[in-house]
Amino acid sequence: MPNSPDSMVNQFRLDEENEEEQQGAINKDIFVTVDNPESHISAIETFITYRVVTRTTCSEFDSSEYEVRRRYQDFLWLKSRLEENYPTLIIHPLPEKFVMKSMVERFNDDFIETRRKALHRFLNRIADHPILSCSHHFKVFLTEETTQELAPHRKLGPGFLSRMSETMRAMANSVRGLRSKLEEFAVMQAYVDDFSNKMCSVDKVTNRIIKEHREYMDELKQYGPTYFQWAESEELLAEPLKGVGSCVERCSKETEEQIQHLSEVLVPTLHEYVLCADTLKAVMRRRDNIQAEFEAKNEALASRTTDKEMLDFSNLCSAYGAQAVATATGGLNDKERESKKELKFENVVDQLQEEVDDLADRVEQANNALRGDWSRWRTSMRADLKSAFISTAAKNVDYYEKCLAVWESFLLSQRGESMEQRNGADAS
Amino acid sequence: MLCISYNFIHYVKPSLELPGLFSVVRMRIASSADSSSNNSRSQMIMADSGSSDEVAVICNTDITSTESENNLINTMVERGTALLKKMEISVAEADKRTGKNTVNMQETYTVYLIETRPAESVSEEGTPAAPDTLWRRYSEFELLRTYLLVTYPYIIVPPLPEKRAEFVWHKLSADNLDPDFVERRRVGLENFLLRLASHPVLSNDNIFFLFLTEEKGWREAVLETGFQDKADSRLKSLSAMFRVKNPDKRFTALKHYSEDLSTVISQLLRIRARVADRLYGVYKVHANYGRVFSEWSAIEKEMGDGLQSAGHHMDTYAASIDDILEEEEHYADQLKEYLFYTEAVRSVCRKHELIQYELEMAAQDLSYKKQQKEELETGTVRIFSLKGMTSKLFGQETQEQRESKVAALEQSIQEGEDALKEKNAESQEFVEKAWNDIERFNEQKEKDLREALISYAIMQISMCKKGIQVWSNAKECFNKM
Repeated sequence: MPNSPDSMVNQFRLDEENEEEQQGAINKDIFVTVDNPESHISAIETFITYRVVTRTTCSEFDSSEYEVRRRYQDFLWLKSRLEENYPTLIIHPLPEKFVMKSMVERFNDDFIETRRKALHRFLNRIADHPILSCSHHFKVFLTEETTQELAPHRKLGPGFLSRMSETMRAMANSVRGLRSKLEEFAVMQAYVDDFSNKMCSVDKVTNRIIKEHREYMDELKQYGPTYFQWAESEELLAEPLKGVGSCVERCSKETEEQIQHLSEVLVPTLHEYVLCADTLKAVMRRRDNIQAEFEAKNEALASRTTDKEMLDFSNLCSAYGAQAVATATGGLNDKERESKKELKFENVVDQLQEEVDDLADRVEQANNALRGDWSRWRTSMRADLKSAFISTAAKNVDYYEKCLAVWESFLLSQRGESMEQRNGADAS
Repeated sequence: MLCISYNFIHYVKPSLELPGLFSVVRMRIASSADSSSNNSRSQMIMADSGSSDEVAVICNTDITSTESENNLINTMVERGTALLKKMEISVAEADKRTGKNTVNMQETYTVYLIETRPAESVSEEGTPAAPDTLWRRYSEFELLRTYLLVTYPYIIVPPLPEKRAEFVWHKLSADNLDPDFVERRRVGLENFLLRLASHPVLSNDNIFFLFLTEEKGWREAVLETGFQDKADSRLKSLSAMFRVKNPDKRFTALKHYSEDLSTVISQLLRIRARVADRLYGVYKVHANYGRVFSEWSAIEKEMGDGLQSAGHHMDTYAASIDDILEEEEHYADQLKEYLFYTEAVRSVCRKHELIQYELEMAAQDLSYKKQQKEELETGTVRIFSLKGMTSKLFGQETQEQRESKVAALEQSIQEGEDALKEKNAESQEFVEKAWNDIERFNEQKEKDLREALISYAIMQISMCKKGIQVWSNAKECFNKM
């Protein structure tokens, strides 16, 4: 994985993807790296900050280079701003918050490194995204020097109120049930649920494999030395015994590397896609909510409209009646009263109609955004997982090839021995 | 149904056709579930560096063992023994019997079919002649071995395969009636018989010969030899071990070596079993990949095919560990044989200690008697004795009495000297014969264990090759995702 924005620029120029062009000829012009984690110790708290370096040729940016320091909370802020502004776009997940129950220490090196890589991927996915990369918040995140300026942004947090309303809307949703979920989104929903299950399973299996490997390696560590111990009490046998012992030790080292590769390549990728599945579920919920809102307003409009129609009709009826009465009694006030009521109704209905139209647009936008992003996400999911699996398989092949070489050279040395014996006996 | 087929491959220097020529062969006993399988396992023949006669080394290591039920027995067979010149021996089958045991209770036990056939016998049609057969159970093998131990205390008697399964990793059953255990025991028993048959001394024993040829009446014949009376009591052996003053240093060193060897092989077997257990776990978990990939492929369009076929390879990978570990059991069995051999070695050392102790006792006894005689003759009392005291207190004996005592002592001394001479001769003979066998054993051990290590390496290589293949295939499938 390229580490500096410069090298990333070069790499991009070498392999341009067709998909990028299809998605509207986006020229990737923002290159971000996340590195250099440092402890920041203050009186109140201790936390880690990461250096975020940006190189860009985008005209939206005032300069072509930026360097800022950000902490995990800042990334969370960015994510929730993006979610608010683009509710139905699929945003790459952030690494999880620190979980007490996991055995990892918060300031453990491995944990920090894993997180740093995930944060790097997170920002780069946004930079790659045709729409998200243009987000104002993204720009602020990348460019605001002093953390003070991010502070007011920070305080907003994900927004308690917005989270509340989202939950309430979701509840209302489930009570009412969506009127007409488009077939395509129903299919998508089903896929998302299945995908989530499968990712969890694959993740679990992979972690289990690592656990078994570790236990295997622990036993191997005792196995090799026992051959050496035996060699100490032997004469002619000492040499082949030591040979076998060192083969076992070599293979044990290779197993260690194999485990490391799994932990560094496959596990993080799978984990991210487990989180992705949750993101997808949230996106679908938000889309459903938008549609629900529209439907609710629409219903309201519909009922008002029928009310109005009924009122018109009754007005018509009473108009005749009123006129009859009026001609009989001469009461104009009633009529005025009636038309005022009519006007009120018409205003309400018109307003509702406007709102409904707005919401209809919103639904349209949301659906389109999701559709576009869906295929984009599918492509990158496929690429990511494919490459992670290929890499794992290749590493396993490599592991066996290395072990094979080790044992074969032992065998060769033994053959050599017996050849020598033969030649020796020949001479005698 | 198990049947034997074996290949004799021997290479002999053309100019030498002397009797007593050693050719070294490997006997391969194949159990053929499908008799048509053309299994070519490694047929390695090692140079016999002990003799001046030359034997070639032929090595074929294209071991991609696809066969799962092949047993490879590394047995150094010296064709020079008279017995093997006469017959080919094998333990062909195992079967279950029920019968009443000594306390009149029903029990189920396993019997083994021993086949013997005149060597190089070919009937007119060119097919081998039908073998003579008889059935033996494990306890009869034990009886044979006990007889040999007592009758040839200077020989390191080959061990029997274990009575109960030990050093078991989880999948292997410790049940004596389990078919895999029975099969491995059958192989072990055959190995035992071949070792006996190829031993320069043991192969000539008549009881052994009868064991192979007389089913009925063998037990009585063994008991008739009265070998039980010759057995040294455990107590006698133990006390000798503690009290002996001057055992031959070589035997002491050998005893310590065999103790070390026993410890280290036990440890190795224990750890190997644990490693096997863990490796089994690693492989088997991959079957879960197979299942999940298959389920996942159902919901994917472009990725579906690649995932599904990758899943199949994961299943293959998971299944392959069974054969791999079964083969490793043979390696474990080879190590176990030498673990049990250490007991036989220690037994020889103990016998030496016992003889040496008896020698020392005889010498001590003799010198005591001589001193007594000297005292009586000179009248000095150097040794405190009751006689001496009483004679001091109650007066000297008469001249006559003294002379008769001296004469008795002289007689006793003569007997003692004869006994000492005999014991000395016995000891020297024992040491010579024992050391002969120990050297033979050492050579055999070195070759066998070196070969075992090499075959272990070959197994590892085979496992690696399988792994490379499976994961390469999986990688191809992932590529198609």
